[in-house]
Amino acid sequence: MFDFHKNHKTLVLATFIGFVMLSFIVAVFPASQMQNVKPLPNQPFLTENEREGLHIYISEGCVACHTQQVRNIEMDNVWGNRPSIPSDYYYSKERMDFWRQSPSLLGSERTGPDLTNIGARQSSKDWHLLHLYNPRTVVGESVMPSYPWLFEIVDSNLVKDEDVVVNLPEEFATPSKTTVIAKKEVLQLVVYLQSLKQMELPDGEGGKFIPRSRQIHSEGLDGDLKSAALNGENLYKQTCAVCHQDNGKGVVGAFPPLAGSAIVTNEDPEMMIKIILQGYDARTEFASMQPFADQLSDAEIAAIATHERSSWGNNAPEVKEEDVKKIREFIANDLNP
Amino acid sequence: MVLISELVKNWKYYPNFLMPVIPDFVMVQAPLNSDNWATSPGIIGTLVLIFIVLFVACIIFLVKLNGYIDSLKARQIEKKKLAFNEELMALEESDIDHILDKRKKALKYKLSGTELGGQERVMDEKGLVNRVTHEPENPMFDEKKKTPLSIETPEPLKSIIIYYLGAAVCWLVFGTLVGQYIGMKFIWPEMDNLSWLSFGRLRPVHTNAVFWGWASLAMIGLGYFVIARTTNTIIYSYTLAWRAWILINLTVLLGTISLMSGINNGGGEYREYIWPVMILFAIGLVITFWNFYRTVASRKISDIYVSNWYILAALIWTTVLAIIGYLPFFQNGLGETVIQGYYMHQGVGMWFMTFTLGLVYYYLPSALNKPIYSYSLGVLAFWTQMLFYTMIGTHHFVFSPLPWWLQTTAIVFSAGMFIPVVAGTTNFLMTMKGSWSHISKSYVLPFFLVGVIFYFVGSTQGSFQAFRFTNYVWHFTDFNVAHSHMTMYGIITFILWACFYTILPKLTGKEPPQVLVGAHFWLAFIGLFAYMISLMVGGTYKGLGWIDGNAFLESVILMKPYWVWRAIGGSLMFISHLVFAYNFYYMVRKRKAIITLDVPILERVIN
Repeated sequence: MFDFHKNHKTLVLATFIGFVMLSFIVAVFPASQMQNVKPLPNQPFLTENEREGLHIYISEGCVACHTQQVRNIEMDNVWGNRPSIPSDYYYSKERMDFWRQSPSLLGSERTGPDLTNIGARQSSKDWHLLHLYNPRTVVGESVMPSYPWLFEIVDSNLVKDEDVVVNLPEEFATPSKTTVIAKKEVLQLVVYLQSLKQMELPDGEGGKFIPRSRQIHSEGLDGDLKSAALNGENLYKQTCAVCHQDNGKGVVGAFPPLAGSAIVTNEDPEMMIKIILQGYDARTEFASMQPFADQLSDAEIAAIATHERSSWGNNAPEVKEEDVKKIREFIANDLNP
Repeated sequence: MVLISELVKNWKYYPNFLMPVIPDFVMVQAPLNSDNWATSPGIIGTLVLIFIVLFVACIIFLVKLNGYIDSLKARQIEKKKLAFNEELMALEESDIDHILDKRKKALKYKLSGTELGGQERVMDEKGLVNRVTHEPENPMFDEKKKTPLSIETPEPLKSIIIYYLGAAVCWLVFGTLVGQYIGMKFIWPEMDNLSWLSFGRLRPVHTNAVFWGWASLAMIGLGYFVIARTTNTIIYSYTLAWRAWILINLTVLLGTISLMSGINNGGGEYREYIWPVMILFAIGLVITFWNFYRTVASRKISDIYVSNWYILAALIWTTVLAIIGYLPFFQNGLGETVIQGYYMHQGVGMWFMTFTLGLVYYYLPSALNKPIYSYSLGVLAFWTQMLFYTMIGTHHFVFSPLPWWLQTTAIVFSAGMFIPVVAGTTNFLMTMKGSWSHISKSYVLPFFLVGVIFYFVGSTQGSFQAFRFTNYVWHFTDFNVAHSHMTMYGIITFILWACFYTILPKLTGKEPPQVLVGAHFWLAFIGLFAYMISLMVGGTYKGLGWIDGNAFLESVILMKPYWVWRAIGGSLMFISHLVFAYNFYYMVRKRKAIITLDVPILERVIN
């Protein structure tokens, strides 16, 4: 009966049935179970524009280099405040249309950074437009492709009021009397990227990260975390350098320089700390800056500010954690007296 | 998670990331904790043991059942025998004499030995023996043996094989040209600014072209020969073979165009072709399966050779895989991710690996002119391949939000992959044993040897990479890219090349220049090594840098020199493909026809 060596029918049937059964156990059954999740309370729907942006994200193959998953290991903590959970993908991972399936957003490679929380990390539309037009305008070492076909180069006289103009730094500028304006597609893509923000869980915490080993062994958890947090240069690179640049010179026409800046080098750091905490949009020639009060702790802000005040020829006194704390409290009282 | 923290606490004992094996077994020794009872090793071990008992019980039951059915069959045969006896008894005397007479004559008949050759002495008056050389010792490289004989193959089958292989070669050159181009984009991201040539769009073009174009067409083409040869009959339908050829080529062509124009199914690896395109491939597979199956069904020998097991199974499994991969009912949310892990791993394991193993089981013994070492090992590897390979897809999503049990299953079965891999490797190496001296004398065996060694190394390394500790360091880095090239290129492509060089000279009677085969081999081999090593080293540093919490951009800067080396390796590989394409052309090109003698002239000569 089970003579596979001589009976081709049994052989073929056995391989077929065996494989289908195993496939149901390991793929079909768990997959259909994974569909039964609920969205988080208050989880926003994707708007029409955001969804269009997601489709562009897929058709340009962004997933080849960018993941969207925060794993439950500590090294991923930089990409989000908690590990990703299935509900996070409730609205974004649906079948796109009749022809195309649910997008593979989790990704398998990080040639570029994870984008789970990019909307919170970098909310500036101007930055995203510059970066998509040519990533090297803002991140000199980037190997990301440029997406000029999502933009239009038009005669400067023909720019209409509703057009979104991209202000390029001099070395990347197009021929004189022409202007780069953003097409609808890139605006949708940026809206999608801005929408990528990690929701807080209802119980306020969420899963824990598996800590990295050396902390536990060498100095104990707290000690090491503190010293990591105090590395102002590293924090500056992670948080600030995409706009203000590694050399502190900023990008002409988009992001102001910190080297030699009057605010940065001021003896009294109050204004500087306020800008970091609350954001800044007072100078029309530059893009607006987002607030960082939610993303950075007092100690981290102090470390960054100290780094900025003592680098690139700047020479101002260091900022202490307490200074930041005071100003943060002051702002909080100011807003809710 | 407790398991991992346990592992991590043990880190100080394993300061070196190059010791990935031990911590994984440490990890399995979980702490005593009632919260995680279901994942504790004791429970898992017990379940496994119970499973083994059940498994044995099932086997016993099946054996018993088999025995009972056999006894039923035996009774039927007995009945038939009785009926035959009665028939004999009913025969007339004269009829029996007639039959016996015929049989006696047949027994007495003997061959004289000169039926075919005649009795004249052997001479070579017309100078038909070629290859007379005055320089037996070549100073530059070892002279390789010529392919000894040509195999008689029906013309239509010959042209089917050549067309399949020819199309495969074209896709190889195209696909790796694209790969080479996007590899250079890591060094010069501004090489072009055309949407159709951008990295995100070309990457899937590269992977899909070499998967569905190169490897798939080459495997099926080589498979046609194996099926016809090992069933000792002719292929069921040549028309079906041509239809599948058109469908598969159309899939890759349309898929490439649609990806370049920005139509992408969803970005899941190897699932980038939209369903209206991929369905053509699936139909091609079903047609091919039917064609092979009908051929095997009408085989002239009673046993089904193990190659055919692998080949038929690969076609069935991949059809199922394509259907599950594209059905929409369970693919929203993370359901898609589960299917993605399953699909991308099975695409490699159930299609390329299974089919290629089937080819090795024929072409390797054929190239060595001796039988495979152990048939049973081949059968063992076959069933374990199905059991273990199917379960391991989720190891692409370790630490992801997918269920922890699914990740653990994937990791455990990844370790189980040792069984088919070791069985297969042992089998192939033992077949080669005793013929090592042939390696220097043959231009085919080095390709086989590299393929087999990579089969062991690449698969084992893949299993290691699935462990949580190694995943911790390597996941998301360029190490993955190195691994996939080690397997798809080191295993699949090298073995396919070996099969090409085994069979084509026998089909066409024309051997490629040996210097060029050597050039092909060494360029591809050195190129692959440069490619692999640079990305492995770079990937490891990248992962360690992330663990240390360095700024992300630093990992990009860190990779730059390694990307240059990757591009250099890639260039060597690509050049080797051009050489290979020329060799292929050399083997199959139509040579000026020799003026054929028409019948009257021939008769005059004979008279």
